[in-house]
Amino acid sequence: MATEIRSVFHPDVASYEQVNRDAMRLLTKPGPGYLALLGLSIALVGMAAVAFFYEVYYGIGYAGITNPSGWGTFITTFVFWVGIGHAGTLISAILFLFRAPWRQSIYRLAEAMTVFAVLTAALFPIIHIGRPWFFYWLLPLPSQRQIWPNFRSPLLWDVFAVTTYLTVSSVFFYIGLIPDIAAARDSTTVPWRKKVYTVLSLGWRGTDREWKNFTRAYLFLAALATPLVLSVHSVVSWDFAVSIVPGWHTTIFAPYFVAGAILSGVAMVVTIAVPIRKIFRLEAYLTDLHFDRMGKLLLLTSCIVGFAYSMEYFMAWYSAELFERDVFWDRVFGQYWWAGWSMIICNAVIPQLLWKRNIRLNLNAFFIISIFVNIGMWYERFVIIVPSLSHSYEPWKFLNYHMSYTEAAILLGSFGWFFMWFLLFLRFLPSLSIAEIKEILPPPFRAHGDHHGVHAGEHASVDEMPAGYRERQIETR
Amino acid sequence: MNNRSSVGVLGVFAHLDTATEAIRRLRHDGYRLTVYSPTPRHELEEALEPPESAVRIFTLMGAFTGSAAGAALAIWASLDWPLIVGGKEIVSLPAFSVIIFEVTILLGALSTVAGLFITSRLPKVGKEEALYHPSFSAGHFGVFAHVGTDRFDAVRTIMTESGSEEVLLDQA
Repeated sequence: MATEIRSVFHPDVASYEQVNRDAMRLLTKPGPGYLALLGLSIALVGMAAVAFFYEVYYGIGYAGITNPSGWGTFITTFVFWVGIGHAGTLISAILFLFRAPWRQSIYRLAEAMTVFAVLTAALFPIIHIGRPWFFYWLLPLPSQRQIWPNFRSPLLWDVFAVTTYLTVSSVFFYIGLIPDIAAARDSTTVPWRKKVYTVLSLGWRGTDREWKNFTRAYLFLAALATPLVLSVHSVVSWDFAVSIVPGWHTTIFAPYFVAGAILSGVAMVVTIAVPIRKIFRLEAYLTDLHFDRMGKLLLLTSCIVGFAYSMEYFMAWYSAELFERDVFWDRVFGQYWWAGWSMIICNAVIPQLLWKRNIRLNLNAFFIISIFVNIGMWYERFVIIVPSLSHSYEPWKFLNYHMSYTEAAILLGSFGWFFMWFLLFLRFLPSLSIAEIKEILPPPFRAHGDHHGVHAGEHASVDEMPAGYRERQIETR
Repeated sequence: MNNRSSVGVLGVFAHLDTATEAIRRLRHDGYRLTVYSPTPRHELEEALEPPESAVRIFTLMGAFTGSAAGAALAIWASLDWPLIVGGKEIVSLPAFSVIIFEVTILLGALSTVAGLFITSRLPKVGKEEALYHPSFSAGHFGVFAHVGTDRFDAVRTIMTESGSEEVLLDQA
């Protein structure tokens, strides 16, 4: 009877080689279900492109955007997608700095989600402007008329923040992928894949020098990405907060939006992870523990968001400002009451179910809760933007804004665009972070019972060890 | 003539402790090594005692450049055609701080990546430097000693004694 050391976090993963095999399994030929989903996504993108063409040709009024609702569904969807991106960076960068040992198996999926979500969000600054052919006016390019963008405007801060976020996330994503693409290169037998992976892996060999520089570069990228995450959604929230529109002009927006972003992002990670785990049989990697932790994170951010809602209402009442109070009353009892209640119930009430461990570990229930949170978070942005604009200071300006077909088409198209990229990623690149998972597995030692001469649970160089790396002796027959 | 630039002996190890023993013995005898692993391990770093990575210099320089560039862009552009917007200063630093921060992060991150590529000599084009085995990205560790053919036997003995699975000799 031999004893084998396994990681507490992945007790069903026996060896480094098994990780490679399981990851390569995801890159197999797609079935009809995959092709159907990909086809649907591309069709939605096509539909959005047609809708956008109509909007450009007939003007933005065609999409229902007019005074006083200069912002409607487009900006809602923009903030929605930027927010979703934040959870990926939280998991990749912030949990990395905290040395959380449960991030490794979901990290690749989450980071891919981030990159594609921000890519989706980046479409909207172009879609939502009244004259999209002048979009380059947003960029600080020298011109013969010496016209520069207004650096004091949060709309321009957005351009810098979202561009930086897209660049840094993509770069972080690609750098983290290099060792795994090298692993794919070494194990694939399909010739064209081998060529592509050879080029993309940049000749990575996993030498000591490469790993040393890689681990340091990764650490610095994580350290840079962390304040970036916190700042990007704060900057997006300031699009609203630096105005004087009632319901917008409040200092709570930056932390409120960041917490909301993490809530929506973690919900989207769960929405993606549950089916992928089932379809690709990744039970050894996405274990109960991972969903337990994600459930706790979702619950925490839901509580923060619920607190933020209550604080907004309290401050609106406490301020005794007529317009502020009126807007907040309107959110739940006015013409958009259905959106206001969806927001509160889906974001602050339904996730409270996750206090129960049984529900966190019941993946069907958790999946449904995550769908509710996704819907609720979209409505949150809608509730912030639309009632405040439609029902602001002067009654003669009040407008009954409703989502037009154009906007609905583009909203669905944004989901199509996101899922199209994500499905392509699943097919062609390793969606399990092979090298990182190996980092938390116990390495193969010849002298099993006596490695380093220390007992299970300790290690020779404690300050070098990632926290949570624990060994457990399992009796195997 | 092979298509690699370096000549030497490659030991393929299935276990981490055997690889580290081989590393210690070979370094003790003064050989230059290249060690392959599927994942970074601190045991290997401790055995090799490499100097600190230079990537940190790139990151720092990139971040400083970014701060300067962001400030320069916002300040110079505002002074180029001075407009009073919202009663704010022409050079309104609280507002510009956002731009400065974002460009700091952007150039810091891009410099870090450049630093990684430069210090690790990526992307690798042209001749392969040393012998490689595809199992190094799966579950095996590799220790390649850069030696001339005259020392092959000595090195091979050390590797086999430490417990390598396989020893490959790379001749010019």
